[in-house]
Amino acid sequence: MKETKKYWKGLEQLQKTPGFEKYANKEFAQELPLGDSDGETSRRDFLKVMGFGVAAASLAACETPINKAIPYVKKPVNVDPTIADYFASTYSLGSDQTSVVVKTREGRPIKIEGNKLSSVTGGGTSAQIEASVLSLYDQERLKGPAAKGKEVSWEELDAKIKSELAIASGPIYLVTNSLSSPSTKKVIEGFKNKYASLTHVTYDQNSVSGQLDANLAVFGKRALPSYDYSKAKTIVSFGYDFLGTGANTPLANKQFAESRRLSASKKEMSRLYSFESVLSLTGANADYRSPIRASEQGAYIASLYNVIAKETGGQVIDGLPSIDNQILSKAASDLLHAKEYSIVLSGSNDVSIQMFVNAINVMLGNIGATIDFGRHQNIRSGDDKAFGQFVKQLSSAGGVIFYNCNPVYDHPLGSKIAASLKNISFSLATTDRMDETNSLVSYLAPDHHYLESWNDFEPVHGKYSLSQPAISNLFNTRQAQDSLLSWANMEVNYYDFLRMNWAENIASLSKKSILDFDAFWEECLHDGVFEPETVATDEFDADLSGLGKAAFNITKPSSFLELVIFENGTVGNGIQSNNPWLQEMSDPITKACWDNYLTVSPKQVEEWGIELGDMTTQMVNLTVDGQSLKLPVLPQPGQKYGTVGLAIGYGRSVAGRVGNQVGFNAYPMINVDDGGQLDFNIYANVTVEPTDEAYAIAQTQTHHTFMGRGNVIQEATLSEYQKDPQAGRHMPKIATSEGFKKPTAVSLWKGHQYANHHWGLMIDLNSCTGCGTCSISCQTENNISVIGKKEVLNRRDMAWIRIDRYYSSDSNGDSYADMEIAAENPEVTFQPMMCQHCNNASCETVCPVAATTHSSEGLNQMTYNRCIGTRYCANNCPYKVRRFNWFKFHDNEQFGDNLAMNNDLGKMVLNPDVTVRSRGVIEKCSFCVQRIQSGKLEAKKEGRRPVDGEITTACASSCPSEALVFGDMKDPKSRISKMLQIRSMEKGVEAQEPRAYHVLEELREMPNVWYLTKIRNKNEKTEAANAHS
Amino acid sequence: MSSESVIREPLITGGKTVHDVTEDISRRVEEKPTKLWMLAMTISLGLLAIGAYTVFLLLWHGVGMWGLNKTVGWAWDITNFVWWVGIGHAGTLISAILLLFRQRWRMSINRAAEAMTIFAVICALQFPILHTGRPWLAIYWMFPLPNTFGSLWVNFNSPLLWDVFAISTYFLVSLIFWYIGLIPDFATIRDRARNKISKSIYGALSFGWDGAAKTWSRYETVALVLAGLATPLVLSVHTIVSMDFATSVIPGWHTTIFPPYFVAGAIFSGFAMVLTLMIVTRKVYKLEDYITIQHLEMMNIVIIITGSIVGVAYLTELFIAWYSGVEAEQYAFLNRATGPYWWAYAAMMTCNVVSPQLFWFKRIRTNIAATFVLSIVVNIGMWFERFVIIVTSLHRDFLPSSWAMFYPTFVDVGVYVFTFGLFFTCFFLFAKFFPVINMAEVKSIIKTTGEKAK
Repeated sequence: MKETKKYWKGLEQLQKTPGFEKYANKEFAQELPLGDSDGETSRRDFLKVMGFGVAAASLAACETPINKAIPYVKKPVNVDPTIADYFASTYSLGSDQTSVVVKTREGRPIKIEGNKLSSVTGGGTSAQIEASVLSLYDQERLKGPAAKGKEVSWEELDAKIKSELAIASGPIYLVTNSLSSPSTKKVIEGFKNKYASLTHVTYDQNSVSGQLDANLAVFGKRALPSYDYSKAKTIVSFGYDFLGTGANTPLANKQFAESRRLSASKKEMSRLYSFESVLSLTGANADYRSPIRASEQGAYIASLYNVIAKETGGQVIDGLPSIDNQILSKAASDLLHAKEYSIVLSGSNDVSIQMFVNAINVMLGNIGATIDFGRHQNIRSGDDKAFGQFVKQLSSAGGVIFYNCNPVYDHPLGSKIAASLKNISFSLATTDRMDETNSLVSYLAPDHHYLESWNDFEPVHGKYSLSQPAISNLFNTRQAQDSLLSWANMEVNYYDFLRMNWAENIASLSKKSILDFDAFWEECLHDGVFEPETVATDEFDADLSGLGKAAFNITKPSSFLELVIFENGTVGNGIQSNNPWLQEMSDPITKACWDNYLTVSPKQVEEWGIELGDMTTQMVNLTVDGQSLKLPVLPQPGQKYGTVGLAIGYGRSVAGRVGNQVGFNAYPMINVDDGGQLDFNIYANVTVEPTDEAYAIAQTQTHHTFMGRGNVIQEATLSEYQKDPQAGRHMPKIATSEGFKKPTAVSLWKGHQYANHHWGLMIDLNSCTGCGTCSISCQTENNISVIGKKEVLNRRDMAWIRIDRYYSSDSNGDSYADMEIAAENPEVTFQPMMCQHCNNASCETVCPVAATTHSSEGLNQMTYNRCIGTRYCANNCPYKVRRFNWFKFHDNEQFGDNLAMNNDLGKMVLNPDVTVRSRGVIEKCSFCVQRIQSGKLEAKKEGRRPVDGEITTACASSCPSEALVFGDMKDPKSRISKMLQIRSMEKGVEAQEPRAYHVLEELREMPNVWYLTKIRNKNEKTEAANAHS
Repeated sequence: MSSESVIREPLITGGKTVHDVTEDISRRVEEKPTKLWMLAMTISLGLLAIGAYTVFLLLWHGVGMWGLNKTVGWAWDITNFVWWVGIGHAGTLISAILLLFRQRWRMSINRAAEAMTIFAVICALQFPILHTGRPWLAIYWMFPLPNTFGSLWVNFNSPLLWDVFAISTYFLVSLIFWYIGLIPDFATIRDRARNKISKSIYGALSFGWDGAAKTWSRYETVALVLAGLATPLVLSVHTIVSMDFATSVIPGWHTTIFPPYFVAGAIFSGFAMVLTLMIVTRKVYKLEDYITIQHLEMMNIVIIITGSIVGVAYLTELFIAWYSGVEAEQYAFLNRATGPYWWAYAAMMTCNVVSPQLFWFKRIRTNIAATFVLSIVVNIGMWFERFVIIVTSLHRDFLPSSWAMFYPTFVDVGVYVFTFGLFFTCFFLFAKFFPVINMAEVKSIIKTTGEKAK
């Protein structure tokens, strides 16, 4: 059928109006604004379009920068961009706890400072504490819970664990390091109530179990006492490194330095004796040091015991070895002169030896005077025997929970634990990162980093410290206590639990009547510490009856090669192995980094025929009881001949990209007896076979003596100082036409007049123990690059503040070649060295582009933007403190170990006030100009002058021994002005303190850094020192 | 009895006529490149390419590619810089000072010596740029240019800045002096040119030289004026280079003797390099009649004198170090001689002080082979001198804690090779396309003395 209907769009179509007809056959009914009127595209238009096209295409090809900084739409209260916030908290890692203050910027923790309100630490920190902030931003941290290798949610994990715990047959073990947290202990108790088969075992990497057992035997209390080194006049240490690696080193350093600080009104100082095999930080600070074999320690202590007993009317025990050693006799007589004002210590983990040490301290009346058992320390409570028992029974256990510990790596029985773990159905770990232990367990319940946690601690009996999060958790982690609470079905979160515990048990200790717990809690959180005076401290009676029995167990000196296993002051026990700041920190004694090694006496190195080069050495095979390690050898002056030393904390296999396979694992070498007792000294079956294999150990200092240069190191003995406060000073004179003059009196320069401030730094060589905390503090504060072992071997370490460590030499000064050789048992001097901020700076004049200039406040400033990197300034710096950026150390995979600058997470630790330096520029100490600036601004805001002490550098603020004092030399009331007795001169200032000197004074650089002479409490100078003077 | 003065030896032998001179010299420019030249050029370009790769590595990764460290901030870089600048001294000395002293024997060697100067300075200039951490900025921040950075200006106290001025001035004056001398010879080649291309190129290079008496007169005047200008520069450049060290505080650097000692050393090494190159050139280009044994002998005498000055300077340094009573200074010099770099010091002493003394023997100083060997020995010695001054002073200065050794890397060597490649490429291009002997000047001395004139 034919369609006849016609459809039309409108009347216009129907009527065929001319207006409609006009457009009817066109595609578009309306005129489109395309092209020129003639519809052709002109050549110009073509070029225009093509130009646009090319430009658009190339713009599209460029990656749009992704701006990850998100501004606050609604600004949180108390978070002001560019303004730092400080939170009191507590550092907690392994067995160590330290009250700290965390500096945060825009919500990111970037720096750890000591808490000056804490009497437990004295306000200092240590290198490991300073570095711990970087561990927060470590990519290797676990991102969330896991069950049998699979990622799960917390709910799933909780369900699985509860069912595992319910069906577990046999005892369940909870393994921890020493816990000092009262609330955590309470949580564990609650957990125990739920699961009765739970056994809690505790261990410490650097176990003092023997000492604790000895204390139990003698004083009836298994605890580590608090020592007060500041009161001590004589300290005798047998292999106990209380300054470097003992419990609570910040306080030990502070107190020790206090006992050695000298001034016009205090011309007495303590005397430290050290009897040890490996040169430790304590030995290096000793006035008298006697290298002994590790096996001789018992005999030395026993011999000292009898001498003291004889003089004090104690029980002389027959049959004890008697040692004829001049230094020991001297120590004995000093101890007897300093009754109640002395401390005798031993690092031995042998109960019998520690019994004698206790007996000596009792006879000298030190208990209750310098040694306080009432205020015992809770940070070391590990029990070797209990732990040994645990390892034996582990394979038949129903389950095991590792609470923030890594015994597979850091316990000598680690391999046995690893083997047993395979047979255990339920194993769990809470460590916040993959390590040797939790890579073997079935469940991972990662804990927060301490900077993300709530917690409380009681490091010393009756002295509390709080931990509060400085940042919310970065990953899907959960506080371990919360995990335990939820597994125990206790329907409370840890924060509430903690508060409750404090409200119920701790607040009542406060002297002030507490009306409002919230106010008390706020105050404690603000201060970070709560140190009530009212805590009862018990009195103890010493029971020395066990001595006779202990006498039988005193080890006989051996004549075989002995191995001493120790902890060093950088990586420590290895928990923070993946922290590149610590790995690159140069060891206070050996100045080596990125390695451990066998320390061997130079004589023995020669006997073994080890070929030594500039930082190169050879490997040896060390065998202990069938266990073998191939290790490099480091010749160590002061090491007892016949002994070798090896540091723990290295040779990690599951630590992360930084820490894996750095050095060699010494833990398995530690001797464990059948009862589980550890012995860090191995006397028998130690053999060393030299090999031909070469090895390079990276050291930041390879020349070890100061070549008798009195313009560098100025030292005297105490008696000389008492006679003449200027003793030991090297005072160069410049010959002029008018006779000899002081270097400062002859100058071509006009000098500087400072209108406002004149910053200065004073370094007391007598207080500095050389621990190196300042260098890590500086690294954190000033964004200093980590460059890796290879570049350290190339001698390019970037430290702005370094500790120069010098050994004395036996040379009489006749031959430079002899002066290069350190003495067999050297005196050690530490000299912190950083930019001296010279008033006549030789670097400033030589820079062709004026990139380094003098500020109106006495600082030598470095303008990175302007620097072209000729390195002329570095060459012309007599102190060699300028550092060059040889490569691009940030955002460069080649330097991936530089965690703080190579990934987004790591970069969160950078101090936004300090530029990250680009490749090709020089950098150096700035006297923390950013801190000066912020302090000045703070004062200006309040319309006042900065108060002395308010502005200080990172190094000075972290120094546990307060050896560095920073301040305004223009302010006559400042601490530095008073200590140095600053006097204004025509061309600068002069210190009238007789001990104050400038390094290389004769160069007339006129530094703003002053050193105070090193005074040793010795009766006589060594021959070498005599020769030099 | 009538007396007759001794007849001077002719400066140009072989009874050359003016035409012979033109022929002998221009022929080299006009002929096709020889196989030997092609080979030499290939080797030079090869060195340049290998070197350029290491320069690339250096620029891409940073100065850390060298073996420098926190203690030794300069080593091969500045050693090479000073070495090349030193070599660059002979040319201007020969043309300017000897021109003022009317030493006409210089005429047949000054062209090549000046060319060598310019190329050596170009090589030297690589190092101040490459040794900086950020060469892309150093290249212009070193100059006092007006800028938008506010009041930012260069530091006129810095000897490095003096270097920038001294060397750039020296380079420009030497270049102009050399080029002005080339103009009449370019005109000669232009006039002899048989094809259009070389005619137009040499025509452009000769700036429309017309050989008129007035032109010659102006030419002579300009040459003299430039010689006058260049003369103080010969002394100033190395004086200022030496001040990089002399004004510093580092023991071994902080020495007032440096300016004369460096200038003497520079002339010493410059003459040695001229000798090395001349002996090869005269042989290859058969120019024995122009560059005679007498020339070589004269230069050898200069080497004895400057070598002895340098030797005296070394001994003076040692004496002053002992006499000063300054411990660091004494140690620095003892360490040079007996420390870990004793071999560098020994090489320096042997090559610079002992070996030139052989030239006291006429048989040695007129022996071409011996002269050639010794000229190279001298330059090895002079390289070690700079290495000793720079590295052994820095590696053990004031604080023993910072003492360190310096070990070169392949990039250190590579960048040095790069400058060799650059130098020889330039020199061979010069030897092929430019007249290697100043024809115009040499023509003026062929008849001045000699038996023929009698």
